[in-house]
Amino acid sequence: MYVIVVGGGKVGYYLTKTLSQEGHEVLLIERDPRRVAQLSEELGELVMFGYGDEMRTLEQAGAARADAIVAVTGGDEDNLVICQIAQKRFKTPRIIARVNYPKNRILFEKFGIEHVVSSTEAILMMIEQQIPSAHLIPLAALKQGNLEIVEVDLDASSPVVGKSLAEISLPEGSCVVSIIRAGRAIVPHGDTKLEEGDTVITLVESSKEAQMRQTFIPR
Amino acid sequence: MHIVILGCGRTGSTLARLLVQQGHSVAIIDKNRDAFRRYLGPSFRGTMIVGLGIDQDVLKRAGIEKADAFLALAGGDNTNLTAAQIVKTWFSVPRILSRVHDPLRADAYREMGINTFCTTDLVVGMLMDFIQDRPWERKTIEYLSQPVRPEVEF
Repeated sequence: MYVIVVGGGKVGYYLTKTLSQEGHEVLLIERDPRRVAQLSEELGELVMFGYGDEMRTLEQAGAARADAIVAVTGGDEDNLVICQIAQKRFKTPRIIARVNYPKNRILFEKFGIEHVVSSTEAILMMIEQQIPSAHLIPLAALKQGNLEIVEVDLDASSPVVGKSLAEISLPEGSCVVSIIRAGRAIVPHGDTKLEEGDTVITLVESSKEAQMRQTFIPR
Repeated sequence: MHIVILGCGRTGSTLARLLVQQGHSVAIIDKNRDAFRRYLGPSFRGTMIVGLGIDQDVLKRAGIEKADAFLALAGGDNTNLTAAQIVKTWFSVPRILSRVHDPLRADAYREMGINTFCTTDLVVGMLMDFIQDRPWERKTIEYLSQPVRPEVEF
């Protein structure tokens, strides 16, 4: 594959390096000459000085034969225009944009840029997963699709404390995999009673996570 | 008329002052508060809004929903083109125009249905007229008379 990356910040740099190591042909376009000099020391010929939003630069970079163009500059307007030019003028088959402000994602989608990545959103999501105050911690999203392993800490206020698993109505498409009690993992049965201080490990469809939250956590 | 202008540089601010002077309602958006202080000053009777022109909430605060015209005159071509597309897509403003310095980009977006005017083409045309002894100053002189000049205290 021939991939053109526009924007030589951290994202552009690592992307170029990784793609090149994986055996792809890559060209990184950067508009700051000092940054170009810096990047060239490591990436050599893979770096080109130029304005990636100018058609002439893209043409020189061989946009017409590129399999993909990835716009990862720090400016959302710049990324949008780069993608639109690639799409309309060069008919590039795959176009990927980075969105810096999550609020702008809708623009890219509305204007037909199919693949949008937002590091801000990704980081936010990771932070949300780390916040224990929510009581409910997604441990992992299972690779093949829509299932998540979710951990719930029960305190005295939880409406399920004192009940057996059979008495709790779990959302459809979910189950309790294990209960961690006093540092030991239990394989639970229907008659296993939940206690204060238990950590309940559940397997749940991602779309049911909110319902799961309602089951275990007091409002 | 209510007119929303993006970009309080020399062009945006001069146009804003001219429009207010002619009795129109004007809201001008710039990401930098200092731009208003520098180009418009405290006597300006339009609305000045600090914010990004590609933010729909900022555009709404500028009254885009009832605007008769939107003029994108920010420094960057991409900002103007993005803002114009947003206004065209989400709001029904009868007149939308973007300033674009890069002639190729101006053409490309014109083809995509975004109204653009290219400063490079305009100025080059004017200079060609000047060189060939044709009238070249157009209407600028009659519009940009004293009253719309920034107030400067000497």
